[in-house]
Amino acid sequence: MSIIVGSETKLVVSGLTGREGSFHGLRNRAYGTDLVAGVTPGKGGQDVEGVPVFDSIEESVREAGANTSMIFVPARFAAPAIDEAIESGVDTVIAITEGIPVLDMLKTYWKAKEAGVRLIGPNCPGVLSPGKANVGIIPAQFFDPGKIGVVSKSGTLTYQIGNELKQAGEGNSSIVGIGGDPIIGSDFIDILTLYEADPETELIVMVGEIGGDAEERAAEFIASEISKPVVAYIAGFTAPPGKQMGHAGAIISGSSGTAQAKKDALEAKGVRVGESPTETAKIAVEVLRGS
Amino acid sequence: MDLLEYQGKQLFAKHGIAVPSGEVAASVEDAVAAAERIGYPCAIKAQVLIGGRGKAGGIKIAKDAEEARAYADAILGMDIVGPHGEGPFRVDQVWIEGGSDIASEYYASVILDRGEKKLLAMVSAKGGMDIEAVAAEDPDALVKRHIDPTTPFDAAAARPIVDEAGLDEDVREQAADVLAKLAEVAASEDASLIEVNPLIVTADREVVALDAKVTIDGNALFRHQDLAEIADTADDPQEAMAKEKGLTYVKLDGNVGILANGAGLCMSTLDVVAQAGGKPANFLDAGGGSKAEAIVDALTVITSDAKVTAILFNIFGGITRCDEIAKGIVTASAQMDLKLPLVVRLDGTNSEEGLKILAEADLPNLHQETTMLDAARRVVELAGGA
Repeated sequence: MSIIVGSETKLVVSGLTGREGSFHGLRNRAYGTDLVAGVTPGKGGQDVEGVPVFDSIEESVREAGANTSMIFVPARFAAPAIDEAIESGVDTVIAITEGIPVLDMLKTYWKAKEAGVRLIGPNCPGVLSPGKANVGIIPAQFFDPGKIGVVSKSGTLTYQIGNELKQAGEGNSSIVGIGGDPIIGSDFIDILTLYEADPETELIVMVGEIGGDAEERAAEFIASEISKPVVAYIAGFTAPPGKQMGHAGAIISGSSGTAQAKKDALEAKGVRVGESPTETAKIAVEVLRGS
Repeated sequence: MDLLEYQGKQLFAKHGIAVPSGEVAASVEDAVAAAERIGYPCAIKAQVLIGGRGKAGGIKIAKDAEEARAYADAILGMDIVGPHGEGPFRVDQVWIEGGSDIASEYYASVILDRGEKKLLAMVSAKGGMDIEAVAAEDPDALVKRHIDPTTPFDAAAARPIVDEAGLDEDVREQAADVLAKLAEVAASEDASLIEVNPLIVTADREVVALDAKVTIDGNALFRHQDLAEIADTADDPQEAMAKEKGLTYVKLDGNVGILANGAGLCMSTLDVVAQAGGKPANFLDAGGGSKAEAIVDALTVITSDAKVTAILFNIFGGITRCDEIAKGIVTASAQMDLKLPLVVRLDGTNSEEGLKILAEADLPNLHQETTMLDAARRVVELAGGA
């Protein structure tokens, strides 16, 4: 088992005929992901290295059996593209695009919720289930199949921690990048729930950062709903208030959203929080082998 | 992107919210001339992107031209530190507006609630002071209601919030109208935070926004030409230069220059440097897929800060290729005659090729480390005291 993507994934990539869409879509296929279709309006009937292109996502669901959609559409057109995916009949939408206006995402979030579609991202690196499927831009070479589920707001930080776990001889059930935007389709809590139910996952590594209160909410949730051990890392202790640190959502507002507050909230519920990515990986390995 | 008070008020006026009329000035002479036109008493208010201006002496009421001159002179050029240690912010502009006859001070805001994924409207009869303190001491005094994303939020929908907050009965209709208009500003101008503190009732019972704190979503500026122009006037020279070069840069006050790829890894790098006893000079995310030219640009921005005494490159290549980063470092060193110590940690995609390029270039100021923690310790050592 793994979560969100796996051997059952049938992927459709919006923007497959574009530069980024084709690069990453074909890279995902080379990893073993079942890439069944691409979508570019007006280019239906063409193909990209043997992958059929359709005019709409809905058509790719009907004709090619797509169940997972990946969105690589530029920011100002991305929210309508995600909405199209939500209404197309796929179960899962993974939005990689960075820079979508937050109020557009607010509307899109509720559309996904009402339709019962799982939305990951936007502004995320995607989801990788090592050995099974990769949907997004996560470099798969740093991750082996294994027992640790990772959920993270950040891409490169996840690669850093994943690589340290690999060097320590441990692998991952799945790696989920939930994204660094203020409004994202799935939060820590949603992914923790999936890992709790996944028999392959024995330990969860959660990587958070400044801004919002998703980590604090996750701390409460872990205490009441999660039986598996969780190890966390929080980035942004040195971030000044009022400054956006790269990610649109990484900002301390007044006195709220600080790294210290998040660390305190997690530790108060018994979650161990690493001081650095290296220490976090070390703790995860220690807890996994001790339990 | 945060707006200055007067920019926020101009946005309010555009949407039919009552604000005092005024003028902005960047010199003492212009401020006095504006005060003469507006009449006395008038308020002279520092225009900086931070709260707590009153306490810091950045807001004064002038009775005559002599006072207007004295206050404008004192406030222009003043450095204001925020209540949470933000800044300091240098005052380059003052806003001069007619004095208001205040009967009551309320609070009203519309903000994006990230956790609930809805806009949140808040109203209190206890305005004019720190609203976080009001909420902490007397939670019932701050009425909070989420705005249903599926139904229009008009004055009728806003009315129960105003009623519950216990505002004076004769102005509730006006206050509800203001609250609905604040939500309209949020929706139509892509504002993720709008706060009016105080929202006043004048002696002749008019509800007026006496302050304006507005944050516009930077990702939505492409559809707001007027606001995009404001965004182009970044205050800090390094930040302005970085913006021009398309880099994500935040200036800090230390001496260790930092470049990493990815926002999360970059934040983590700052933290690790601080843990090693150093003080980061900046946040700079070189982004995914960084190419050699981007490294030259990044180094130009980092070294334009005179406080920087050593630089740390912390790269974990995913999409970013380490050989491209290494080429960038070599090119930049040749172009810029870089003498500052450079600590480089390259890991991930094509790291072996990258390390080989650096070894062949044999730069005298370059120090290689294999782990993030060792690299942090090394750069702190080389940077010396701040």
